[in-house]
Amino acid sequence: MFTEKVISMILVGIKDTLYMTLVSTFFGYVLGLPLGILLNVTRKDGLKPNRIIYGIGGFICNIVRSIPFLILLILLIPFTRLVVGQSYGSTATIVPLVICAAPYIARVVESSLNEVDAGVIEAAKAMGASNLQIIFKVLLVEARVSLFTGATITTGLLLGYSAMSGTVGGGGLGDIAVRYGYYRWQTDIMIVTVILLIIIFQIIQHFGTTLSRRIDHRKR
Amino acid sequence: MSEIEIRNLTKRFEVKGNSVTALNNVSLNIEKGDIYGIIGMSGAGKSTLVRSINFLEKPTEGTIIIDGTDLSSLSEKELREKRRGIGMIFQGFNLLEQKNVLDNVCFPLEIAGIKRRDARVRAKELLDTVGLAEKAKVYPSQLSGGQKQRVAIARALATNPGILLCDEATSALDPQTTESILSLLKEINEKLEITIVVITHQMSVVTSICKNVAIIDNGILVEEGDVASVFEHPGSDAAKELLFGNRPVYSPVEHLNEARKIRIIFNENSAYEPVIANLILKYRTAVNILKADTRNVGGKARGEMVLGLPDGEELQNDMIESLKKSGLSVMEVNEDVY
Repeated sequence: MFTEKVISMILVGIKDTLYMTLVSTFFGYVLGLPLGILLNVTRKDGLKPNRIIYGIGGFICNIVRSIPFLILLILLIPFTRLVVGQSYGSTATIVPLVICAAPYIARVVESSLNEVDAGVIEAAKAMGASNLQIIFKVLLVEARVSLFTGATITTGLLLGYSAMSGTVGGGGLGDIAVRYGYYRWQTDIMIVTVILLIIIFQIIQHFGTTLSRRIDHRKR
Repeated sequence: MSEIEIRNLTKRFEVKGNSVTALNNVSLNIEKGDIYGIIGMSGAGKSTLVRSINFLEKPTEGTIIIDGTDLSSLSEKELREKRRGIGMIFQGFNLLEQKNVLDNVCFPLEIAGIKRRDARVRAKELLDTVGLAEKAKVYPSQLSGGQKQRVAIARALATNPGILLCDEATSALDPQTTESILSLLKEINEKLEITIVVITHQMSVVTSICKNVAIIDNGILVEEGDVASVFEHPGSDAAKELLFGNRPVYSPVEHLNEARKIRIIFNENSAYEPVIANLILKYRTAVNILKADTRNVGGKARGEMVLGLPDGEELQNDMIESLKKSGLSVMEVNEDVY
């Protein structure tokens, strides 16, 4: 059953899954981090409260987050084709993953930054710090443990979502599980892919937890 | 020209559609090199007042003038530069938890764009001044409250400010630590000739380091003057309450408070005479000592005593006259003494 062909297919699957998860997390943060900062800064008690910007940003986040990923995957097919030239395969899956992740990340980032002690921000203001300095030297630094924990959770979420993309020919372990386990009734291959997904998830979580503990200086 | 001039400062907050007046037409001048206390009960508006001095709180009406510059005339950028000349410490210390002690002290210098190497040299000097040189590499979570406040003081002094604002800086500390922080502030005031504004609800803080004091009650400045005279002759109800009422709550001893009470203050001349003993011998009647305390008021020893007088108005008046003659300041007390 586990011929050389199957094994090499699974290895490619692992590689594709990691590729989709990590690249979409990265681009998710490219979009989501600034959006999260914007939400934190423009909220009512933020550095520069602005109800209109906060309202629009929050509305977009909520709309995208309320669409189930599988639907988003299909809805975005024309857009995906426009960006990467095709609508199937690992690279194509990254597009909806990023669109799905960015507003989620923005909310995670926003809530991490909201936790930063208002007194510390006030102290920085009293020292004559500008808002940009407060964002980069106070907010992001003081919230870094929470931000990192959020990134770990997001990566785990995207790992799961990337597997879902198998239903539309997305590639990776999820794709293998759907094609062999579901369409061909090869339960053993499905079980192997599921175990591999669990192991990858555990590695990500362990790495994230260890590192966030290491960068935290609040308690030791 | 005063270093800090507060003119007709009024601050109103909008709370759920209602306008709340936190400060009402407050004017005061703070001179260079002073240690100026602003005291009031919680909610009196004193924190709003100190936060107006560096424009963290923008006045609704009135002006703040620092070294001759009206803060409202400054642009955002100029205001940030001006703030570098005004250090501030807080009740909650507000240190950066993810930076070590040295980097915390470097932080205002980093913000001011000073080179990292120069900043570190300066920060080490300051840690030396506050007695924490050996803690440079430690993180705030490993420090005690008093040590954290020392780091905060070092940080506030990094940019060489002419003014240091202390917002309830000792309120989270125990009495011994409070004392050591206060003596550090006094030392800094003398050594660096920095003007210090101390916000507190504790009269003991004011009497131990301040030269001048303002009393804020319900957003209004009710009394102002040098600490010794406010301590000896408190004019406002708020001042009296802060002097007598602010005690730890023991259960009041009712019958002690029924008699006519007077408060006498001993100064350095009268502290050596056995005034009370003489009084009792002279009138052959006992007086009740309800409370006795000595304090350091602006560097001078002051004894404070509250006496319950025996019955008989004539006798009472005679006793008060006789105490006044021996050079004591005497005032009637209507508040309950606990």
